[in-house]
Amino acid sequence: MIKLENIHKIYKLDKKHTLHALKGIDLHINKGEIFGVIGLSGAGKSTLIRIINMLETPTEGRVIVDNADITDYKESQLRSVRKQIGMIFQQFNLLSSLTVAKNVAFPLELDGCNSKEDIDKRVKELLKMVGLEDKADVYPAQLSGGQKQRVGIARALATNPKILLCDEATSALDPKTTSSILKLLCQLRDKLGLTIVIITHQLEVIKECCDRVAVIDEGLISEMGNTIDIFANPQKLLTRRLVSAVVRKDLNALLEYTKLSDTYKAGAKAWFELLFLGDKAEDPVIVEVATLLNVKIGIMGGQINRIQNQPLGVLVVSVEGDEDTIKRAYEELQKRVYRAHLVGYQVEEA
Amino acid sequence: MVDFLLSLGFTPYASKITSLLVDGTIDTAYMVFLATAISIIFGVPLGVILLVTSKGYFWESPVFYNVLGTIVNALRSIPFIILMVAIIPLTKFLVGTSIGTTAAIVPLTISTIPFLARLVETSLRTVPYGLVEAAQSMGTSPFKIIKKVLLPEALPELVQNFTLTVIVIIGCSAMAGTIGGGGLGDIAIRYGYQRFQVEVMIITVVVLILMVQLTQVVGDFITKKVDHR
Repeated sequence: MIKLENIHKIYKLDKKHTLHALKGIDLHINKGEIFGVIGLSGAGKSTLIRIINMLETPTEGRVIVDNADITDYKESQLRSVRKQIGMIFQQFNLLSSLTVAKNVAFPLELDGCNSKEDIDKRVKELLKMVGLEDKADVYPAQLSGGQKQRVGIARALATNPKILLCDEATSALDPKTTSSILKLLCQLRDKLGLTIVIITHQLEVIKECCDRVAVIDEGLISEMGNTIDIFANPQKLLTRRLVSAVVRKDLNALLEYTKLSDTYKAGAKAWFELLFLGDKAEDPVIVEVATLLNVKIGIMGGQINRIQNQPLGVLVVSVEGDEDTIKRAYEELQKRVYRAHLVGYQVEEA
Repeated sequence: MVDFLLSLGFTPYASKITSLLVDGTIDTAYMVFLATAISIIFGVPLGVILLVTSKGYFWESPVFYNVLGTIVNALRSIPFIILMVAIIPLTKFLVGTSIGTTAAIVPLTISTIPFLARLVETSLRTVPYGLVEAAQSMGTSPFKIIKKVLLPEALPELVQNFTLTVIVIIGCSAMAGTIGGGGLGDIAIRYGYQRFQVEVMIITVVVLILMVQLTQVVGDFITKKVDHR
């Protein structure tokens, strides 16, 4: 549906300085998928999403949307392409001088070929779809952030686009509202067969609704894959850091406040971090290993995330015993879970 | 009429002054109204052009913007009283004379257009750029962005600045009186200053204050009406 080939973008800051924002991006986004792009601020995400609808012209590379190479399109041709690509924004970008209904009608009135009745009917339909039927005659200033974004979505979908671009669409919203907006996006994808591209710096957003994700760092894609794979098995340091902040959100504090040493001392407890994925998440691993080796295993903390409807669990356990027992327990645990690693040894305070 | 006024205690002198002031007020209102209308007709498009050719906007053109900006600034730096005298040939060419209220409209307009253009430019700049971008993402043409996004969204600021412009024109129109421009300024100079009729001076000043107040009240009322933020 969307194909980016070797996209470079160089900004001229002044006569001497340039900014190489994108350094060769190759991306293929399939029809009907929700594709996430995550990166820190300044990584080039916003530029990337604006290249898809050619609000930014790439310095090099090709942009292919719906099998048409739009890279060399004239401004007037691009305008008709853009009607097929909806876009929503972090700041919502609603017109404050128009009511909700008029905002949603805006893209429909541009052509001048829709009759007033048709527009009214379509606006009603759209507002119903986003759950704001009762707000038609209200001005945006009277709406909450979440409601504003719903209007933004209704407006973006007014012309029945095939693609929806979301530029940090939930970054100005609280977690609960974010969640409800993401649910709405998922529903719309299923109902309308939309292809959705989400740009964000919040991994929570990716976790909640993306099928695939690309991690972008300093103008390059550093990692790309199915969301569950990226979460379960991040390769690059940046990805690991980002993933860790979400998947082990509750555990990081626990590990931070517990004194752990790298070497074994007599009587120390070994702390392991266990990663469970999919079906394995339901096996009674702890009891099995404890019975098998006759060791005491304590559960220090845990967290279960659901990603693409698969459970991804993280558990921190402590194992008591001599060095050899701990080593065997480690081996047994590694056999049974998706991944296990030693965090450190907890030495009892004297 | 004269008898009626006399019966109210008006002397012939007072009634002469009264009709003089009524005429002067009408003349000033006429000058201000026409000068404002013409300034808006030319100043708003000029302000729009300044904005959309500036950095980051869709018709960005540094050379054009700088040349136009310099002309606008140059015109703005000429004090009105000097401009008025300096463009007498142009005024004569346009209206046939350099004396009277209609003639005064020419310098009033020429000094107001660049002033208003800058105000319009800054008003439009208060519209968040994201709105322009959102409109572009929907496939809106530049003309429609100006007409349906920039101008309506900046309307509260624009009304405020139009109000300010009317007030500035009221002030300048009084100045036009010094070289025979007609209106209240003319009366204040001829009667209040040259003939030492202090009461005439005071009344003209009071009428001018009332005009400015009225303009401000109306301007604020309209701003409130059009502001939905």
